[in-house]
Amino acid sequence: MVKNKIEVRNLNLHYSQNHALKDINVFLPEKEISAFIGPSGCGKSTFLKTLNRMNDLVDGVRIDGEVLLDDENIYDNRVDTTILRKKIGMVFQQPNPFPMSVYDNVAYGPRTHGLKNKAQLDEIVEKALRDAAIWDEVKDRLKKSALGLSGGQQQRLCMARALAIQPDVLLMDEPTSALDPISTSKIEDLVTQLKKDYTILIVTHNMQQAARISDKTAFFLLGELVEMGETETVFSMPTDKRTEDYITGRFG
Amino acid sequence: MSDQSLAIGGLKVSTTENNSIMKKNNRMIDKAVYVLIYLSASVSVLLLIGIIGYVLVKGISAVTPEFVTTVTSAVKGTTGIAGNIVNTLYIIVITLVLATPIGIGSAIYLNEYAKPGRFVRLIEMTTEILAGIPSILYGLFGMVLFGITLGMGYSILTGSLTLTLMILPLITRNTQEALKTVPLNYRSAALGLGTTKWYMIRTVLLPSAMPGIITGVILAIGRIVGESAALLFTAGSGYFLPKNGQWLSKVLESGGTLSVQLYLSMSKGQYDTAFGIAVILIAIVLIINLITKLLTNRFNVARSANVARSANVARSAKKK
Amino acid sequence: MENKTTSIIGNWKNRRLSETVAKTIFLVCAFFAVLGVASITAYMIMNGTPALTKVGILEILFSSDWSPTAAQPHYGILYVILTSIIGTAFAVLIGVPIGVLTAVFLSEVAPKPLAAIVKPAVELLAGIPSVIYGLLGLMILNPFMYQIELAIFKGSTTHQFTGGANLISAILVLAVMILPTVINISESALRAVPQELKAASLAVGASKIQTIFKVQIPAAKSGIITAIVLGVGRAIGEAMAISLVTGSSVNFPLPFNSVRFLTTAIVSEMGYAADTHREVLFTIGLVLFVFIMVINILLTKLLKKGSGVDV
Repeated sequence: MVKNKIEVRNLNLHYSQNHALKDINVFLPEKEISAFIGPSGCGKSTFLKTLNRMNDLVDGVRIDGEVLLDDENIYDNRVDTTILRKKIGMVFQQPNPFPMSVYDNVAYGPRTHGLKNKAQLDEIVEKALRDAAIWDEVKDRLKKSALGLSGGQQQRLCMARALAIQPDVLLMDEPTSALDPISTSKIEDLVTQLKKDYTILIVTHNMQQAARISDKTAFFLLGELVEMGETETVFSMPTDKRTEDYITGRFG
Repeated sequence: MSDQSLAIGGLKVSTTENNSIMKKNNRMIDKAVYVLIYLSASVSVLLLIGIIGYVLVKGISAVTPEFVTTVTSAVKGTTGIAGNIVNTLYIIVITLVLATPIGIGSAIYLNEYAKPGRFVRLIEMTTEILAGIPSILYGLFGMVLFGITLGMGYSILTGSLTLTLMILPLITRNTQEALKTVPLNYRSAALGLGTTKWYMIRTVLLPSAMPGIITGVILAIGRIVGESAALLFTAGSGYFLPKNGQWLSKVLESGGTLSVQLYLSMSKGQYDTAFGIAVILIAIVLIINLITKLLTNRFNVARSANVARSANVARSAKKK
Repeated sequence: MENKTTSIIGNWKNRRLSETVAKTIFLVCAFFAVLGVASITAYMIMNGTPALTKVGILEILFSSDWSPTAAQPHYGILYVILTSIIGTAFAVLIGVPIGVLTAVFLSEVAPKPLAAIVKPAVELLAGIPSVIYGLLGLMILNPFMYQIELAIFKGSTTHQFTGGANLISAILVLAVMILPTVINISESALRAVPQELKAASLAVGASKIQTIFKVQIPAAKSGIITAIVLGVGRAIGEAMAISLVTGSSVNFPLPFNSVRFLTTAIVSEMGYAADTHREVLFTIGLVLFVFIMVINILLTKLLKKGSGVDV
């Protein structure tokens, strides 16, 4: 029996008048890849951001329900979001490296959490860059600006930055939507390899991508979680008519 | 707020037994920085309250009907600033009459006629430079050019000409900003009807940009009222009312504005007069601020309406 | 349009004429700025250089002996230049941290109701005339400084008592006067920093404060430097606010000395100066002009680097 890393119970999210997430209940198993699919505006990205409380930044958002990370409710008043976000790393849709050197980008997280030892930092940076499969491309230009990298490299750098804080969970919000096919397949390979150490949640508008890399797939529509199950099952014999319509391309 | 508190001692934490997300490690530095930020922000507010409060307390009793309607005279034993008020009005009117058309014209040229290139860059750069020159240098320049070389001496005209140059960038920039907010399809719509560019500017562009232009003019009034360094050696310090019927020749006589008079009174130790004028100046500043606020709000409403309208136009154009 | 003929040729000619006239008029208007800068530059050089040749550049710029009305007059403005540099530097040193933190407050920290108080306050501060700052400096700051002066130099036989009209008073007034400039420009620079960078920093578990100081302020760096340079320009050019609060003699810029800035020397002496003395005051004006032009060049360089900030 696989342990559930994250459990979401009766999650509702209102954005001013708009009921953006409706009564979501979901269990996300440890060290598996779960993919969230659905048409744009269905709430899949919003849902992802409730898991590390990035929606807290948005004005007028109201969230009810529970999100349990290792059996602790992340919306409890006592939660320190900085510690939460250290345990749940995130990679964004657009590559967003800081305007700093490659090294400083990756070292940013560990430094933020108080690590100053140069040797330790070097080690963490190298490991993160290797894990993100970009070490060979940047090892000679660690001190140069990260903005000089290509889009695909920047996105892998951002993954390295997320990995450097050694999170348990990795949230990925359409991480390849801004990338070319070659960079996309590199990232996909990477994600499958990272599975052995991390619980990975990936939002994607690309169904083939979900089918290729994920263990579980969840289908969102209009703020509702329509169906979630083993990826193969969801794609071969969905139980809900709406899921079927979507994956056979009848809408969306 | 959990956002404000922080964080853990190092990476090792994730390997220690206590792996809960519910332990707040209140980093003192963050709290101290918040205190500094709040203190800094309160500086401006406290200063403003202090300045206005102090000036009102010290000066309000000096502002009597007599103070604003008479002229200081040793013979009559009166202390008044009527002459300075009139001088200020003279300088505002003459300066605006000169600077507004030039500033608007310049902005129209830059935005509507000129093609990007060296010449435009030269004009924009010199406009920037004019905006950065300190008033005291305008004072020196005006004194020599208008006062001495052109023989106007210490006069309201000398002062107004000097200020014209000084507020020109203000009006040019505000007009440019206002013109930029007029949607492009207004222009093409008008030109598409076969009108000339100048006709289009007169009938479409300037009316749409008017609130922005007026905001610039009102800001310029504020600048003129508050100015002293550029006027001290150009407009001089006369404090008399125009002699009977000689309203026009007053322009060629010396005339100190309220701000200049405030400075002179202060340096002579006449603090009651100085604070009395200060009360009036602060009132003017408040009023001008209020008017520009109202105008900017209306302008923004008009602007978003413009944007919405042009979006509609674009959409219906697409449908076709 | 008013033309009744339907021939497109006739119309075209008339239109072209009015069009050309309009365009020419606008061009002339635009040229006024160029003309203004050119003539100010010319007049500053024309009036500022005679003294340099008459008295000698070295004597004026590098001598500290300022006694223009003595029987054996000396025109060294070294202390005046130093006062302007040091006074401006310290005003910026005080004003910039407060200004940048206030900008941080407005753009990142403030709850809406508080921002709605601070922002208009800053705008109003910017609108208050220099002379009023001067008046308050003279009436509040100077007496206060005098108390401190009395306490520090009690029994001193060498200190020239100033009644509180000293360098510190001027620095404080200038620091206050550059605040609105620094705040406004830093604020728009901070607001121009992409939200994605903020999100990226928060997502690795950085606190809000860490995010502001390690990511957002560095990303807004060129805008904030622009703010500082403009603040320097504002401080070095200010005359009326400090002309009475700094006392009336030229001295080395020590905190409790009565001092003269480039600007205040012109304001206080132009009224009675004659001949060489007057020419030297124009030289002081030229020195100030050179400072301002250097600042302008710096600004152009900064803006070219692209800060995305409107100045």
